[in-house]
Amino acid sequence: MEKKLPKIEIIEKYCKGCHICVEFCPTKVLEMQGFVAAVKNLEACIKCMQCELRCPDFAIKVITE
Amino acid sequence: MAFDYEKWLRPNKLPHIWCPGCGHGIVMKGLIRAMETLKLEKENTTIVSGIGCASRLPGYIDCCTLHTAHGRAAAFATGVKMAKPEMNVILVGGDGDGTAIGGNHFIHACRRNIDMTYIIMNNYIYGMTGGQFSPCTPTGHKASTTPYGNPDPGFDIAKLAIGAGATFVARGTAFHANQIDKLITEAIQHKGFSVVEILDDCPTTYGRRNKFKSVIEMMNRLKEVAVPVKAAEKMTAEQLQGKVLTGVLYKEEKAHYTDEYAKVIERAKAAK
Ligand SMILES: Cc1ncc(C[n+]2csc(CCOP(=O)(O)OP(=O)(O)O)c2C)c(N)n1
Ligand code: SF4
Ligand code: SF4
Ligand code: SF4
Ligand SMILES: [Mg+2]
Repeated sequence: MEKKLPKIEIIEKYCKGCHICVEFCPTKVLEMQGFVAAVKNLEACIKCMQCELRCPDFAIKVITE
Repeated sequence: MAFDYEKWLRPNKLPHIWCPGCGHGIVMKGLIRAMETLKLEKENTTIVSGIGCASRLPGYIDCCTLHTAHGRAAAFATGVKMAKPEMNVILVGGDGDGTAIGGNHFIHACRRNIDMTYIIMNNYIYGMTGGQFSPCTPTGHKASTTPYGNPDPGFDIAKLAIGAGATFVARGTAFHANQIDKLITEAIQHKGFSVVEILDDCPTTYGRRNKFKSVIEMMNRLKEVAVPVKAAEKMTAEQLQGKVLTGVLYKEEKAHYTDEYAKVIERAKAAK
């Protein structure tokens, strides 16, 4: 069965580039592109929601359905 | 599913003023999730703060809010709760606001066991004013006012709260984000004065001075020092050296202030 991938939305105007989501993603889905976070490898996402929970700035959403 | 924070945020207030990586935003999100879990309503919830970076929090949340004078959140909050005992009253603020200038109000709110919840964001420093030491700055650490290392021992906020009479005391960290809402939820449900200390990070005024290269290092430190109370039971004193207990540290059911005060009113009426 094909794995259903989430949609990861990064709200660039809120992202302050703190690296928290990138650093603590257990499967290295995210990366910094300049000053903002970006999705590098969506396939690896395990939908653990840690990036969304830890972002201090409401700048990342993991939409699973 | 992504959590809908917008419902609880005032429109056009984001981005907030906090620095990149400041943990106050993580705590604010935890509080919003707790308010949603408990199905609180905007009309029956008041968030009260003093002054400081942490104390800017009520400005972002769409419910009844009071941004008061430095250290005075507990005094204003007590007024709200006495006037409207059915109101859910939540106090928020920093370590400086709560344990230095507001320390007296803090201990007496604990002593009265008034049914309110106090979320204290402990980043060990006066962030807003440029990094002066607070009563929570650990011994030896640097602040703008202790450039050669702080000679004072820091307060243990949880012990202080328990000693002063708070009936629910918990501790979490900004790193353990998914625990924050659970601790706050339990604290709000508790009848009596509940204190939730969140060990926080201030990369701007504390991190830089204390040789943390980045907010990531500060987060990793929170991860390393935190030991859940259950896990600590199986650890030796040696293993617990330098660690900080997290989770619900103290809980007691006891008469609380607004109920007791209502009885005083009844007695006064009967005496007429
Ligand atoms: C009566 C009074 N004294 C001093 C100040 C200056 N002041 C503003 S915020 C602050 C400290 C805030 O520290 P804390 O509560 O730890 O919050 P943080 O900024 O670290 O989040 C001080 C001393 C003030 N605003 N009012
Ligand atoms: S949900 Fe988890 S795995 Fe997916 S990007 Fe966020 S932190 Fe990484
Ligand atoms: S945690 Fe939030 S603010 Fe920080 S880099 Fe990621 S999306 Fe940006
Ligand atoms: S100065 Fe410190 S406490 Fe204030 S917003 Fe910046 S990081 Fe947060
Ligand atoms: Mg502080």
